[in-house]
Formats: sequence, structure tokens, C-alpha cells
Amino acid sequence: MTDERPGGIDMKTAVWIGKQLLRMAVLLAAVTAAVFILLSISPIDPLTTNVGQTALGSMSPEQVEKLQAYWGVGVPPAERFLSWAKDFLKGDMGISLLYRRPVSQVIGERFISSVWLMGSAWVLSGVLGFLMGILAGRKRGGAADRLVSGYCLITASTPAFWVAMVLLMVFAVQLKWLPNGFAVPIGTAAADVTLGDRIRHMVLPVLTLSLTGISSIAMHTREKLAEVMESDYVLFARARGESEWSILLRHGVRNVALPALTLQFAAISEIFGGSVLVEQVFSYPGLGQAAVTAGLGSDVPLLMGITVITAALVFGGNTAANLLYGLIDPRMRRRRGR
Amino acid sequence: MRRWNRRQWMAALMVFSLLLLILVTAAGLSFEEAAGVTDFSRRNLAPCPEYPFGTDFMGRDMFRRTVTGLSVSIRLGILTAAVSAVIAFFLGLGAAVLGRGADALIGGLIDLVMGIPHILLLILISFACGKGFWGVVIGISLTHWTSLARLIRGEVLQLKESNYIKIASRLGHGKLQVALAHMTPHLLPQFVTGLVLMFPHAILHEASITFLGFGLPPEEPAIGVILSESMQYLVMGKWWLALFPGLLLAGVVLLFHFLGQGLLLLLDPEQAHS
Amino acid sequence: MDGHLLEVKNLSISFTQYERGMRRTNLRTIRDLSVTVDPGEMVAVIGSSGSGKSLLAHAVMGILPYNASFTGEIFFQGERLTARRQRELRGREMVLVPQSVSYLDPLMKVGEQVRKGRRDPASREKSRQVLESYGLGAEMEELYPFQLSGGMTRRVLISTAVMEEPKLVIADEPTPGLHLEAARRVLGHFREMAQGGAGVLLITHDLELALEVADRVAVLYAGMTVEEADSGAFQREETLSHPYTRALWRAMPEHGFESVPGVQPYVKDMPAGCPYRPRCPLAGPECGGEIPLRRTERGWVRCIRRREEEEEK
Repeated sequence: MTDERPGGIDMKTAVWIGKQLLRMAVLLAAVTAAVFILLSISPIDPLTTNVGQTALGSMSPEQVEKLQAYWGVGVPPAERFLSWAKDFLKGDMGISLLYRRPVSQVIGERFISSVWLMGSAWVLSGVLGFLMGILAGRKRGGAADRLVSGYCLITASTPAFWVAMVLLMVFAVQLKWLPNGFAVPIGTAAADVTLGDRIRHMVLPVLTLSLTGISSIAMHTREKLAEVMESDYVLFARARGESEWSILLRHGVRNVALPALTLQFAAISEIFGGSVLVEQVFSYPGLGQAAVTAGLGSDVPLLMGITVITAALVFGGNTAANLLYGLIDPRMRRRRGR
Repeated sequence: MRRWNRRQWMAALMVFSLLLLILVTAAGLSFEEAAGVTDFSRRNLAPCPEYPFGTDFMGRDMFRRTVTGLSVSIRLGILTAAVSAVIAFFLGLGAAVLGRGADALIGGLIDLVMGIPHILLLILISFACGKGFWGVVIGISLTHWTSLARLIRGEVLQLKESNYIKIASRLGHGKLQVALAHMTPHLLPQFVTGLVLMFPHAILHEASITFLGFGLPPEEPAIGVILSESMQYLVMGKWWLALFPGLLLAGVVLLFHFLGQGLLLLLDPEQAHS
Repeated sequence: MDGHLLEVKNLSISFTQYERGMRRTNLRTIRDLSVTVDPGEMVAVIGSSGSGKSLLAHAVMGILPYNASFTGEIFFQGERLTARRQRELRGREMVLVPQSVSYLDPLMKVGEQVRKGRRDPASREKSRQVLESYGLGAEMEELYPFQLSGGMTRRVLISTAVMEEPKLVIADEPTPGLHLEAARRVLGHFREMAQGGAGVLLITHDLELALEVADRVAVLYAGMTVEEADSGAFQREETLSHPYTRALWRAMPEHGFESVPGVQPYVKDMPAGCPYRPRCPLAGPECGGEIPLRRTERGWVRCIRRREEEEEK
């Protein structure tokens, strides 16, 4: 017999958690190095992109040299990486070339607006997707299943940015119910912006992200629930005279909730990917839009910073999912204990 | 007349999808010239019988432009998905037969690729390749192989347990030789289905990355370029510039999806009851 | 005929299935299965593993999978079992004791499952009593199914049946994976239920064990009942009628372990008429036709040749 209790954390569990966190740190370091390599092999000349060929031609060699030093041209990549990594650990991510401000500051501001956007879409798509998945998986091939599956198939086949554009055309341009972009009304002083204004500007981006984010969680939940509903233990519950409703609540939801939660944690990456496109369409000043601007403008320090921060978020989500599974599912608890 | 069962309907749908995709590709190729013709006497026309999808700010026929764009999407999708599937095949096979070290390495690589949001990774790779055509092609080819590689790895690990493979390895054939000669036929259905189901993702990501400005150059009539151009005209109420190209792109993605689902149904023995 | 607690008459169950490609086939896994169970009686249905005999239990309970269809009639206390009646009775008047741990919800504690989710003190008291009577202490209620041993799982599954006061108990393969002692104990529990007045239908592949506890035995071959006889008839070969039953008898260890050549036909290429024909030493051309049921001294049989043999004597 084992002496495990759901709440208690023993030595083995602590070691296991430590391993998970270590794994995450190693992956994050690997991602950082890989991203740095990608950015340093780029043939794109930051000078030509940002200063322009003609302007460059009319400058004196000294001026060009000064600019080159500013954009980091000519320093060996390995050296650049080491100095970047050293600074990063101290919390200094360098200076954004486009915004001419510390990267950490730019990311900090953008992060706050993105977090609200992505957070609400994450919760909304998670809850809606789970409910729709339950509805569909309850009876495979039924009317609800056809409806939900059809919806998921269509949204999964549609580019998220196009959905954003359609919503923009309908609700902002034609109906004029909602603003057509940005996070706050244009021309309003920061102090005068109300919470209502912010929410009104967030509605369409959140709606787009939620509508397109539902499909994976809904289909996954449907698949899992359908599997559960065809399992031996549901068959037995039926043989014991339990009602379909009680089977759904007592066995169905119990067995699909944890996988669904895990998947939703792993979906942080997808939500972020969607937010890059959606923020671009709505000119919403979040991390995603900053990443696009940085990429187009060859702002390597900013791009680097954003990638590392989002990778940390994604790995954090995955690790959280693993930890949740390992700590809650009794079968996993047992396996680890052995 | 005999009533068709579900599988026969599926097969019919597959043939229909395939024909439609070939038609769109061919039509796009033949429209390539006409799609670029500018005529400022017919600027910004709303959809009408002559121009069913309207015209844009340079007087280009949006119907022809859209079909050409779809054709570009389909061809690029096939190219990138094929490269990605081949990568998946060899990495999946390698992870399964080349020992624990290789398995751990490839597993780590998969985690790495999945750790960066897909769009962001595409931006980075495109940036590394100097953007443009090769930026998209390399980016999409290098990022879509992960799940298929995992699938192939699992399948091979299962096959390795089967007797005739064990006998072949005992007879002294090399690991890779056995894998290639004896396992490939069994992996083919998985591989083909995985390949076809990869098209939708490849096509959508190509459009997305082009839309953001990291993909195909503006002079190419790609769907991403068309939609990105239409952005400035949306607020002016020129809805047709965005509506039809996006709708048709979703249609093409759906056709590929039906093709893949059909293959899955017909080739996967586990689907015997459905 | 309304004296029976349960009567299954000419039950056939078939599945629709796709082969690779587009062909759709109908698989008839059970055909012309007939069996009766009276109150206080324990009847064993014997069939080899994988012959789909669990489907008999599922058909009675009304829980066949959606791609299965059945013909034939099932009566409970003389009343025809419709889908609605099955819903009313199952889990109350008739209960199923399934075969393995996979029939327990992997994420629900044992106690809660035995009580079917009821939380009232009376149910707790009852479940405590029932589990205790099978030697399962209070700490067992807090375990998850994967923590149970094979024998413990069986006893938990039996407890779920005893929580109600069933008139009919269907035990689906209750012994595999248990050592002989434990298997005997489990079968003993079912015997006790029969002594308490319930009818017990025991579905198993183990003829020897079944003979130790059952009152009557029905033998399935390729999904068809070929013979039904009281357990005593299995003492001697001569009191058995069907060639297959006799072959089974000879295959028992104490009668020489003689194996029957050949294998049971796969459902897809089932011969018409008697399914045992290809392996039967007595088979003749008329065995390919319809084979009627015929009374014997000890029960009844589905064989033409045996009668002719007897008539010749």
C-alpha cells in the first residue's frame, strides 16, 4: 500500500518537480542559442533596411561607420551572444534599435496589453471549447456533434487574420459598433482613457482569437469524451442503470477535464501565434505587433527579447501542464512513486 | 440504383476535391498574365457580372488575381509539405532505430521547434533567410514536420517489435537497411495521410507569413499579398478586396482537408467501424 | 413457458463493419443462441475465448454497441424485454458483473463507485457491510481501481451487484487471471447469490470450474448453442449428445486431455447449417441444412446425426 495523499509533497515528488523545471531551463537556453544563430546568419543588412540605400550612399564613411557600430555590424556572433546572454541574466536585454529605448521597457509595456488580450481569449476559448467538446463528444454523429465539428473544421481552415478582417469590416466599418483598431482612442491623452475604452478596443481582437482558438480544445475534448463514452466503464455504468446525464457528469467530465486543461496550457503557443496576426490587423500595440515591427525593421535585440520571453511563456505553460497532470492524476502519482 | 455507403461518398468527395484543386491550379497558371494587367479606367469596381470579385486600386481583375494566388498557394503548399514530410520521415525513422542518443536528440529538436510559437519561428527563419520566396519555403519546410515525425517514430517502434523485423535484423542486416527495406511499405499509408493533412497548415501559414510581410514579395499575386493590400481599403468599405480571396483560400484548405480525411478513413485499419 | 426468470430465444447478433477499402460487411457473431435461467438457479454458458459470448450479457442488459443489431426474443419474468423495460430493470432487478478492472472508472475511488455516487449514510453503511463481507476493509474504499489486485477487483465488482437486491445476476467471465483457489472463491460468491434466490447466468470459457457450481450448462459453438444439459450429464460421455460437447468432455484433463483437431470457424466464413460440420466425425450432407432443436433426456441438443444414430440402435 502507498501512503500518498493528494496534498502532501514528498521527497520523490520534489525531485520530480525539480527535474521538470531543469528541463524547462535547458530547453529555454537551447531556444535562445538557436534564435541567436538564426538572427545572426540573416543576410539582411540593418543599415540598408532602416537608413535606406540612397541615404547610405550620400553619407561620409565616418558616418556609415558610426551607424554600423550602432547596429552591431562586424562584431563576431559568438562574442555578441555571450555579451547578450550575460546582460540578459542581469535583466538587461539591450536597446531596441527602432524604439531607441531599453528592450525590457518596450516588452514590459507591450506585454501588459498583450496579456489582457491573450488572457481573456485563453480563458474564453478554453471554457467555450470545453463545453462545445462535451456537447459534441456526448454522442458522436449526433446533431450537436455535426454542428460543433463543422464549426471547428471551418475555423481551423480559415486564416485567423482574415477572420479578424471580416469582423473588422462588419462590426467596425459597416455597423460602426466598435472601434477599428488600436488599444485606446486616437488623440486621447493617456490619463483620459477609461477602462470602458480599453475594453471596447479589446472586444474584436479577443473575439477573433477566441473564435479561432476554440477548435483545437473542442475537437480534443470531443475525441476524448467520445472515447470515454465508448469505454468499458461507461458501459458498466449504463448496465448499472445510471442515467446518461449522470454518466456524463460523473464519468465523462471527470475523465476529460484534466487532459483538456493540459491541452489548454499547451495552447499558449497557438494563442500567441494568433495574437501576432490579430494585433497586426487591429494595430493593437502588443507583443505580437512588436515582433512583426522588429522583424521587418531588423531590430535584432527587440526580436531576440520577444522570442525568449514568449518561449519562456510557452515552456512555462507546458511545464505547468506536466506538473498538473503529475500531481493530480492518481495514476501518474503512483507511477512516479515507484 | 444502389445506395452508396459512407466510404463510397468519401471516395467521391476525394475525387471531386482533387479535380477541383487541379482545376484551380491550372486556371491560376493560365491567368498569370491577365492577373497582373492594370487598367486605371476600371479602378475599385464593386463585384459585377464582368468582374465577379471586383477590381482593385490599380484596376486589376480580382477574380483572376485570386485564382492565381490560390494556384501559388497550392503549389507552394505541396512543395513545402513534401519537404517537411520527408524530413519527418527520416527524423522519425532515425529516432526509432538509431538508438537512445539519437532519440533524445531528435526529441529535443522537436521540443525546441514546438517551444517557439509557430508564427514567430516562421518570422525568425524568414528573417534568417533574407525574407522573400526562400524565406517562406525554408521556414514552412523546417517547421511542419514535428507531429508527423512523432507519429512515424511511434509506428516504427511498434513495427520493430514484430517478428519478421527481428528476424531480418538477426540475419545481420544493418539497422537503417532493415528500416528502409522492410518498414517503409508499412509506413507508407501513415506517411501519405500525414503529408496530405500537412497541406492545410502549410498553406495557411504561407498566407499568414506573407500577409505580415515576411513571405512572398508584393509583386507576386499571393493571397497573403492581396489581403495585406486590401487592409488599407477596408475602412473605405471596399469589402470585396478581402472577402472573396479569404473565402476561397479557406475553400482550398477545406478541399485538402477532405482529401486527407478520406485517405485516413480508407487507409487506417483502426477505422473499420466508422 | 412463463415460469422462467430469463428466457433467451434464438438470439442472433451481427455487426456491420468496413474492411480496408470500401466494402461493408455484416458479421454475425452470435446466432440462434437460446438459454433459460430460473430463480435460484445457476446456469453456465460455455464458449471459447473471443467467441463474443459477452455480447449475450450485453444484449440482455440492452447495452450492445451502436453498430450491432440483434434478432430473437428475450423475456424477463415472462415479459418481453424492450429497450424501455431494460432501462427500468438494469442496475436494479438485473445486474451485470463485468470481467475486468477496465469496467471501473479509473479516476474514481472504489467506495464511490460501489455506492454509484450515493452519499447518504444508509448507502455508506450498506457498502461498508457488503465490502466487509467480501473481506475488503474500510481503507479499500479510498483506493483507485489501478491500485487493486486481480482478486480484489473481482470482489469489488461483485460488491456492486450485491449493493442492489437483484433477481438476475449475469457474471461475465469472472475467473480469468485468478489462481484456482481465488477463482473457486469467486464462483462460490455467485453460488451464494443463487442460494439466496436470484437467478445467476455465468458466462465463461472454463467448463471444469463451471461444472463445479452450475446447475445447468449450455455449450456454445461458434456463437450457437449446440447443447444444453444439467451438470450431472457431464459425468459420463454417454449422457452428452452433441459431438462437440463430447469432444469437450474428452478434452478435460481427467478424461485424457484429448484435443479436438481443427479450429472454430471465423465468423466471416461460417458454413451454413451446423457450424461444427467441418470438424465433426459424424458429419453428412444433410448437416448443411437447417438444424432443429431436439429434446434429450438431460436437456436438448442441436444435431441431426445423433438422432439418426440413436434411431438406428
